[in-house]
Amino acid sequence: MALLKNGYISLSELKNEKGYPSEERFNEGPVAVIECIQEIPCNPCVEACDFGAIEIEGPITDKPKIIEDKCIGCGKCIAKCPGLAIFVVDKTHSESFASVSFPYEFLPLPDKGMEVEAVNREGKVVCQGEVIRVINNKEFDRTPVVTIKIPEDKFDVVRGIKRRKEK
Amino acid sequence: MIKREAVVIGAGPAGLSAAIEAAKRDADVLLIDESLKAGGQLFKQIHKFFGSSAHRSGIRGIDIGKELLEEAKKYGVEIWLNCVATGLFKEKKIAVEKSLDNQNKTAEIIKAEKIVIATGASENAIAFEGWTLPGVMGAGAAQTMANIHNVLPGEKILMIGSGNVGLIVSYQLLQAGAEVVGVLEAAPEIGGYGVHAAKIVRAGVPIHTSTTIVEARGDEKNGVKEAVVCDVDDCWQPIKGQEKIYEVDTITIAAGLKPLMELARMHGCRCDFIPQLGGWLPLHDKNMETTYPGIYVAGDSAGVEEANTALEEGRLAGVAIAESLGYIHSNKASSIKNEIWNRVDGLRLGPFGESRLEAKEKIIKTFQ
Repeated sequence: MALLKNGYISLSELKNEKGYPSEERFNEGPVAVIECIQEIPCNPCVEACDFGAIEIEGPITDKPKIIEDKCIGCGKCIAKCPGLAIFVVDKTHSESFASVSFPYEFLPLPDKGMEVEAVNREGKVVCQGEVIRVINNKEFDRTPVVTIKIPEDKFDVVRGIKRRKEK
Repeated sequence: MIKREAVVIGAGPAGLSAAIEAAKRDADVLLIDESLKAGGQLFKQIHKFFGSSAHRSGIRGIDIGKELLEEAKKYGVEIWLNCVATGLFKEKKIAVEKSLDNQNKTAEIIKAEKIVIATGASENAIAFEGWTLPGVMGAGAAQTMANIHNVLPGEKILMIGSGNVGLIVSYQLLQAGAEVVGVLEAAPEIGGYGVHAAKIVRAGVPIHTSTTIVEARGDEKNGVKEAVVCDVDDCWQPIKGQEKIYEVDTITIAAGLKPLMELARMHGCRCDFIPQLGGWLPLHDKNMETTYPGIYVAGDSAGVEEANTALEEGRLAGVAIAESLGYIHSNKASSIKNEIWNRVDGLRLGPFGESRLEAKEKIIKTFQ
């Protein structure tokens, strides 16, 4: 498993997981992508969802999966995942652009409108992005969620931004 | 000599929850800890905890610590801080040194009816050339500096070890503003949770498996300047000629933990070497009671796991103590303990928990 060797999930590994949204679902609008592929004792994501769209079937160590028809892509689960392993992807953001929302627990936080370097799961810069939203409310409990706009074809590649340095 | 109904040694997650469970059922509980603040490692844990949403998962360790301290206060747990248990003598006498940090240290002997050893664990060191240079430290020490004292241990850091401690502390050092140049893992695969690995890799920190540190270079005055690292072969031996050099000022070691079980051994509680749980530890039954009646053990000192299991083991010991002191009927106690056991068993499922589950079951079987 690439995750165990390199510390990040390969896209093909992820696509083999149950609950990875279908192509049709991605084309319908925002949807949560859970990148949690090991059996670990953890389940707060299930309760984080108001729509019952996250399911852990058996014991607490079973892997969570998205029920894509129930997920509306609200992103409430992003900050609740202790593993920071949930993202919301909107492939339909606008013509030729997608958006990706991810947890970002570093200071300084980026500002809306800021041009940022978007990184993949490996931490490598793959394209430029624009910050379109930063949510840091009480409910998220100090796990800010950042949303960036990126070229549409990078929707399943971009999972964060290069950390900004304090000036 | 002071006399107490129940004394809990160590105010981390296990000790605090043991004290709370016993005190809430009216036992008279004294909790002692060597630090200036109770909470053990909880106040270093600034990340959100894994676990069941029914039991405080998704909450940061620091906040769990605060809740536990409030509960302990509410139920009247007496807490002595700045106070270390230096010995445990027959029959259940605890030697305690008080006011550790000043000139007026005093010593006390406490005779306790029930004792919980919740002393936690200590970090394993690994020896390599230059390992005694300033700047080489345990990952836990770096975490204490950054998260408790707000001091950055270094600007450029190399982490040795990819268990959850190595991965989480690397992440927290990034949050504190340090650069982590990489995480080395001698084994062919990453030891900790994939999600912890993924979040530091995404943040730009590479993890190198089958790689180890061979030398720290620098001098006594200025500390570490370079780390020499090397790939290892299938037998974990460094492959000569493949050395790489990192320019770093700090090397942090996260090579596992071992239970702090000296007090139990001193009192003659039977111990065994259980590698899956960190090494030598006192054996215990389903009540967390050791082979010596009235002496209990919980948390990392009963086998290294994590905060959630420590909290639950502490609860078990606390309920068992209240039961044996007669503060709770045994029917009621066993239903509470069963509930706790169901949760603990859940935490020990899956590939990361299996070997611990097996080891714990084996330990408990020795009592039957």
